[in-house]
Amino acid sequence: MKNKNIYQDYDCSVFQAMNASNRGHITQIRSLDDLLERDKQREEDGFPRKIRVGRLVKPGRGGKDKVVVIPTTVEEKFIHDPSLQPHQEDPSQGGSGEGEEGEVIGEQPVHAPDGEGSGSGQGEDTPHEIESNAYDLGKILSEQFELPNLKNKGKKRALKRYTYDMTDRQQGFGQFLDKKATLRKIVETNISLDNIPDINNIDPSEFLISPKDKVYRILSREKDFESQAMIFFVRDYSGSMAGKPTETVVSQHVLIYSWLLYQYDKQVESRFILHDTEAREVPDFYTYYNSRVAGGTRVASGYKMVNEIVEKENLIPDYNIYIFHGTDGDDWDSDGVDALVEIRKMLVYASRIGITISANAYAYNRKSEVEKYIERSGLLKRRADLLRLNIIPENADEAMLIKGIKKLISQ
Amino acid sequence: MELIDQHTKKIMEGCKARARDAGLSFQDETLEYIVTNRDLLELSPKMMIPTLYDYWVHDVEVLKEKGKYELYPSNPYETVINTRPAISFYNDNNPDWLNVMIFYHVLAHIDFFQNNLFFEHTWNYDFNAQALSDKRVISKLRAEKGRWVDYIIEFTRGIDNIVGFYDELSDVNQPQATKDAKLLDFYFDIFLQKIKKVKTHEYIKEIERYNESFKQDSSNQKAFFSRINKQYPEFEALYKKHIDRDSSHKMDIIQYILKHSPFLNKDENNWMRTVIEIVRNTSLFFQPQIRTKIMNEGWASFWHETLFLEDDRIEGHEVDFAKVHAFVTSMPRVGLNPYSLGMRLFSYIKEMVDKGKYSLEFRKINNKEQRSKFNSSTNKGKDFIFKIRKDFSDSSFINTFVDQDFVSLHKLFVAGKRLNKDRGVWEYYVKSRKTEDYRDMLINTLYHPPYIKVDQDKTDDSNLYLNHYFEGKPLVNEFISNTMLGIEYLWGGPVQLETSELESAPSSNENQFAMNYWDPIIEEDEKSELVWRRILYKMDKKKLNRKILD
Repeated sequence: MKNKNIYQDYDCSVFQAMNASNRGHITQIRSLDDLLERDKQREEDGFPRKIRVGRLVKPGRGGKDKVVVIPTTVEEKFIHDPSLQPHQEDPSQGGSGEGEEGEVIGEQPVHAPDGEGSGSGQGEDTPHEIESNAYDLGKILSEQFELPNLKNKGKKRALKRYTYDMTDRQQGFGQFLDKKATLRKIVETNISLDNIPDINNIDPSEFLISPKDKVYRILSREKDFESQAMIFFVRDYSGSMAGKPTETVVSQHVLIYSWLLYQYDKQVESRFILHDTEAREVPDFYTYYNSRVAGGTRVASGYKMVNEIVEKENLIPDYNIYIFHGTDGDDWDSDGVDALVEIRKMLVYASRIGITISANAYAYNRKSEVEKYIERSGLLKRRADLLRLNIIPENADEAMLIKGIKKLISQ
Repeated sequence: MELIDQHTKKIMEGCKARARDAGLSFQDETLEYIVTNRDLLELSPKMMIPTLYDYWVHDVEVLKEKGKYELYPSNPYETVINTRPAISFYNDNNPDWLNVMIFYHVLAHIDFFQNNLFFEHTWNYDFNAQALSDKRVISKLRAEKGRWVDYIIEFTRGIDNIVGFYDELSDVNQPQATKDAKLLDFYFDIFLQKIKKVKTHEYIKEIERYNESFKQDSSNQKAFFSRINKQYPEFEALYKKHIDRDSSHKMDIIQYILKHSPFLNKDENNWMRTVIEIVRNTSLFFQPQIRTKIMNEGWASFWHETLFLEDDRIEGHEVDFAKVHAFVTSMPRVGLNPYSLGMRLFSYIKEMVDKGKYSLEFRKINNKEQRSKFNSSTNKGKDFIFKIRKDFSDSSFINTFVDQDFVSLHKLFVAGKRLNKDRGVWEYYVKSRKTEDYRDMLINTLYHPPYIKVDQDKTDDSNLYLNHYFEGKPLVNEFISNTMLGIEYLWGGPVQLETSELESAPSSNENQFAMNYWDPIIEEDEKSELVWRRILYKMDKKKLNRKILD
């Protein structure tokens, strides 16, 4: 019993069950780039941006939610507001069949079935699916972000980033004529045809020109070299995180992760750490994203693990290291004695530490423990270039999350 | 995209012959294309017109539809477009019998496009070709002016839903006589009475004088007025001004801006007019479509049913047909289906006329039994529905023909939806079985853009004043700012909009309000508390101001 509008039915769908096919993402990419480029330009021209990045979530059973990234825009017009209309938003619709006036003929739960949103719960979806959508999302986000404090470190491997140029050459047709190369080709042709009697006195008007002599420039993809980075995602999955805070943190980390995936062409290295009182490293973002909530909270355990990995694998000389941590701000170590020690250690090598506190609704107006001890330590002021704190309400929307990310990674 | 094969085309030609015999009329040529789902995805934001001008919002739509499809694989597409020749789109693996059914449906659509008077302004040219040339103009301009072309498109599209479709239609087939009368009307109705304020006896004398001169020579109007021009030297100038004003009054906002905008009147901005005209004409082209949805789909469904069942080529597929047909035209328990509603209404009207029930005789009968038995066997039903197909649009169709017998026949009702807080569910219930309520509900679901006009008295050389004639529905508040921003750009100066809003600006308990307001139990109380206020918005230098007027 969905609200149905008469303008939604069309012949193709009704008769032939014709639906859109599932196309690869490759075909979209260029136009999406153009679109976002254009949107950026709007601001410079003095008009508000119009393209919004949305995620469609289809709730699935047992956490098998499907997420699809889509750009949306609204064409603003003077139109009637349906929300104050009795006949559109809510009640009146057509109906047919039996039933007395006033008789209830069907019902629908007010709250959507469980499983909406992201976060806890292990599903059967392949991790791959998340990756490919995340990649798309990142593409859109990359417009908005840039990694801070990126230094040239090591040359073990170069991160690839592509730029497009018009440097490839092609004979016969193409985008624009390379005159010098064409002329050279013509001379070659004429030499082989023995059409140049006197090499010291060339008469161009006597040249024979074959269509194939024309050399054009065409679009080419060029590699761009950059420094490499290692990103640690650390997430609190303690009991108090259940529900909204997890969702918020995970959503934000999805955005960051997606952006990195795209921006650094999946070449950036990411590590995923979950902690409650103990920390554990998980192999991929999928597990990180989907892992269920566990016991109490010790923030220090997560930080400690990061420090251990960095030290053990000797990452400092070769990598720009970024750490993103998401928590609800609860910590059994309420003065942060251990946590602050680990943070200070991290500050020595990290290019940026971004801590997100997704405040629980019941603790909304008072500062959380993590927030308190970090503020008290004065590190936020003294090391503002390296340490950032972002506090978001647990029901933050997409725009707030993105704003938060900007704060975490701004220069 | 490729044309259907010869075999299928032959089926189509067979359908055409049978449809013609049944009375449908359409041009001989049609084009049928096989399209992939991928083509459809890209066509749908362009309203299925392959040659429509490029615009980035279409691209966003395509990307969005693709994303949506991944989750919810069902998308709306229209199959027939109102071009010359008419073009329709098909799946490549439809069985023949299904094609027969779809072809009849399509032919009835084409018949509707080419005969319904609301489409009259689209009859004399091929929109596909028009759109192609427009598209080329726009891409040429884009090469010169870059993204500014897109801003012009965007800003014009912001007001392209309030194009003067009916004004445009009213000019079609306007008899010459009414145009000639204008001068005379002005002289007697306005000039003498309102401007000169002559005494009654003088006025009557003047009329007599005119009649006298008219009697002598009916082509004498010129002589009559040349005398007046001598008597009142200012007359001609005043008349010109009046005509100008009068025609400006009929203009929609886009036309008014085209004519009077100080910004567009600059030489270097002249190219923008072309773009604006293109957007406006495109919008005008699509206007009748959305105003005849129920009729158009009903008409097509009515005919595909009628013609298919009579078609000798499809023997053995009656059951298949019944399945698809029932799927398309069943009445939903809750919700509206334009196919089934329109089809049933056409069938109902045909039967009513066949039995002579649209008559005083029938109307006088109050006995239920006698009413149902009544039959004066006129058998003029078919002619009658052809006339309706020519002269009506959705709103007049519903207003005229949805009556108690129709509502009872199909057991129609208005379904309500209310919150049951105890059980945490939305309940759907039978809200009303009254014909008037059902009709109102239908009328309210129809497309209806707000009525906004330029107020010429309050508009001057720099300041554009728009008046929203309030019809009980406020505008979407969050769209006002950007729409006005666009108009300000096109106009080149401050723009004002007068509209109505609820007195208590939507506040924190807005949702609750909206939810409870229409709850039938408290409906009456709440309704009396509604206070509408006239609000004046002013967009000046990209800043929006809001002011309460009364």
